[in-house]
Amino acid sequence: MADEWKPKILAIICNWCSYAGADLAGGARIQYPPDIRAIRVMCTGRIDMLFILKAFVEGADGVLVSGCHFGDCHYLEGNFKAAKRMFMIKNLLRNIGLDDKRFRMTFVSASEGAKWATVMENVISTVKELGPSPIKEFKK
Amino acid sequence: MAENTEPRIGVFLCHCGTNIAGSLSIDDVVNYAKTLPYVAVADQYQYMCSTPGQKKIDDAIKEHNLTGVVVAACSPRLHEPTFRTATREGGLNPFRFEMANIREQNSWVHMHGMWDEATDKAKDQVRMAVAKAAKLEDLIPKSVPVEHAAMVVGAGVGGMQAALDLASAGIKTYLIEATPTIGGRMSQLDKTFPTLDCSQCILTPKMVDVGRHPNIEMMTYTEVENVEGYIGNFDITLRKKARGVLTPTEATAKGIVGGGCNGCGDCTDVCPVIKPNPFEMGMAPRKAIYIYHAQVMPLIYTVDFDSCVKCGLCVEACGEKKAIDLEMQDEFITVKVGTAIIATGFDLIPIEGKKEWGYKRFDNVISSLEFERLICASGPTGGHLIRPSDGKTPQAVGYVLCAGSRDNTGGVAKPYCSRFCCMYSLKHAHQMYEKIPGCKVYLFYMDIRSFGKAYEEFYYRIQNEGAKFIRGRVANVLEDPETKNLHIFAEDTLLGRPVDIEVDMLVLAAAIEPKEGANVLRKKFGVSASQDGWMLEAHPKLNPCGTTTAGVFLAGVCQGPKDIPDTVAQAEGAASAASIPIHMGEVELEPYFAICMEDLCAGCGMCVNLCPYSALALIEKEGRTVMQVTEAKCKGCGTCGGFCPGGAIKMQHFTTPQIAAQIDAFFAGGVQ
Repeated sequence: MADEWKPKILAIICNWCSYAGADLAGGARIQYPPDIRAIRVMCTGRIDMLFILKAFVEGADGVLVSGCHFGDCHYLEGNFKAAKRMFMIKNLLRNIGLDDKRFRMTFVSASEGAKWATVMENVISTVKELGPSPIKEFKK
Repeated sequence: MAENTEPRIGVFLCHCGTNIAGSLSIDDVVNYAKTLPYVAVADQYQYMCSTPGQKKIDDAIKEHNLTGVVVAACSPRLHEPTFRTATREGGLNPFRFEMANIREQNSWVHMHGMWDEATDKAKDQVRMAVAKAAKLEDLIPKSVPVEHAAMVVGAGVGGMQAALDLASAGIKTYLIEATPTIGGRMSQLDKTFPTLDCSQCILTPKMVDVGRHPNIEMMTYTEVENVEGYIGNFDITLRKKARGVLTPTEATAKGIVGGGCNGCGDCTDVCPVIKPNPFEMGMAPRKAIYIYHAQVMPLIYTVDFDSCVKCGLCVEACGEKKAIDLEMQDEFITVKVGTAIIATGFDLIPIEGKKEWGYKRFDNVISSLEFERLICASGPTGGHLIRPSDGKTPQAVGYVLCAGSRDNTGGVAKPYCSRFCCMYSLKHAHQMYEKIPGCKVYLFYMDIRSFGKAYEEFYYRIQNEGAKFIRGRVANVLEDPETKNLHIFAEDTLLGRPVDIEVDMLVLAAAIEPKEGANVLRKKFGVSASQDGWMLEAHPKLNPCGTTTAGVFLAGVCQGPKDIPDTVAQAEGAASAASIPIHMGEVELEPYFAICMEDLCAGCGMCVNLCPYSALALIEKEGRTVMQVTEAKCKGCGTCGGFCPGGAIKMQHFTTPQIAAQIDAFFAGGVQ
């Protein structure tokens, strides 16, 4: 039964834009697949690269970071600084042999509920196509 | 509470009626929560936010000697403050509370045939919240004093009302206006619906009140350059644009006794430069030294340095008053305020972008604001309604309602309803009948939205006056090259047939959009925008005046289209909200600031450059270089903590161990 496998995807999202956008999607009852669990931080700038690496090591099939659009950060430029770090994550994943599509950074504002739902669908379908993370093999 | 004791967490699930309980199994999640490490009690209730629900938390904290509380319910952005209060009532530090968002981010987005998946997700969410709650610490919010002053940006009717309310409550208020006069859009209007009050007659007294209120410092021809600080202590830098003219006060300060502009207008008589007056929508001239109209406040002339040729004739004409300084430069001043209100208003969309209606192609197609000036007794024609092509009085006039509103075709068009166009078009129709007996009026509409007090009655009145209402969008407008009359082609959707109506003049009730520059201004204040560009309120229903930046409020159309009564009402609401922190005298800030763990800090200084608020600095301490946080400046973004290579920065309430525990809880399937 191939459809038994459910991906484990972690999202770390900022309070002011993406978390609010996700709430707006809820308020509008926009439906999307349920495979993502979110951790709320005040700003994507808070996200240590180690959080993402830890998630992959623990067995994440995918990780999403989502913040405000550039120029809209509640803390002026935290998202910009986060984005720079996230490029490094992509590089790192490629170097250790993980498909870098397992990691994504998106920008969803507090008014983009529909966009949040689209992001959810895209991230989940991408990870489903890639299948379970190979790191899980090491954990057995 | 002792830090070393084993955490004891209480978990409370909210049914939220059927909002949550209708989409997932509350019982399953509660039973599951009871099996989680550290969980001392797990319970459920229909409405956790209600008084009995909150009492459950209160009682459980005492009965089970809890160290942390988890409520799985709606979004923390909605009810975190509520449950923090309940946690405090129970005797715990309010920051020992964590919320699992199983409504907005679960039951509401996984509604149909997703029962098991939603229940599983809720279990994960609760498990992650418990993991964080087990590591939460006592935090003490810092209290900061609030400056006894406020700022209102934009001096239309909303901004003026907000400023008057704040000032009357005893608060020093800076009223900032980018143009040379206060008054805003309302001062351009002739009459106001549905009462047909003369706009100037009800606005001018307010302008005078603003001008002479001892607590209002009116700063026209001034823009916000920069905003720093936080609620209670905003440092706002203003650019006082070079006006080229001294007020009597400024003149006295410069030692010119009895000098300064007295509004006599001798300068404008001699000025050789002629430009279109934007107040009259470009339909009347002004000079390079000008006032917008006779009722301006303050009555001080302004030099338009973009068109001034510096001939000096005005300086000569001004004579002994020595009010004119053609070498004046922009000045920058910084003021300190406790709270601020944004009231920047709107512009009409560039309706020429809807090419089918011929605006700017055909002389006799005008916008509604142009019509407003043409029919106004103080307007360019002295209130004689004439059409632009030949100056004749139009006998048949068409109105296109929803011109660019409720239109999903893209370009300049807007998907939203601009809310007041129906009503002012009805008013325009009435004014036509008043001014030109026997004229013909055609209104092309989609729906007439006459939703306000006495609005529907006004609609009936205009129907009875004889206006023809044609339900259909105008497809095309063509001009007769000889007569300059216009043919309006539309489908009458009620009769189900095409119409071709000849009129002398066509008025487009153009959609509105945020004021030019509002997008730049809002970012300076850290205010978000909705998808349609209007500024985003903190909550659409329960906090329509607030924003996500504490201490910054919204009034009027900058937050979304609204008519004058709604604008004034929101302005009064915003003024009331903005006055609360000022009257309280101090506010509590969330204690989410960074702390340097000096043992781990290597003094590399990477974080210092990352901080957007200059809150971090390197200091020498006991022979070592370490970083130090200025708590009052730190806003708690955590950008420093996300980067510190040594993990030496602790971001309160979002610490590395707390977030790591959440990640572990998700993947490892339980708190270890």
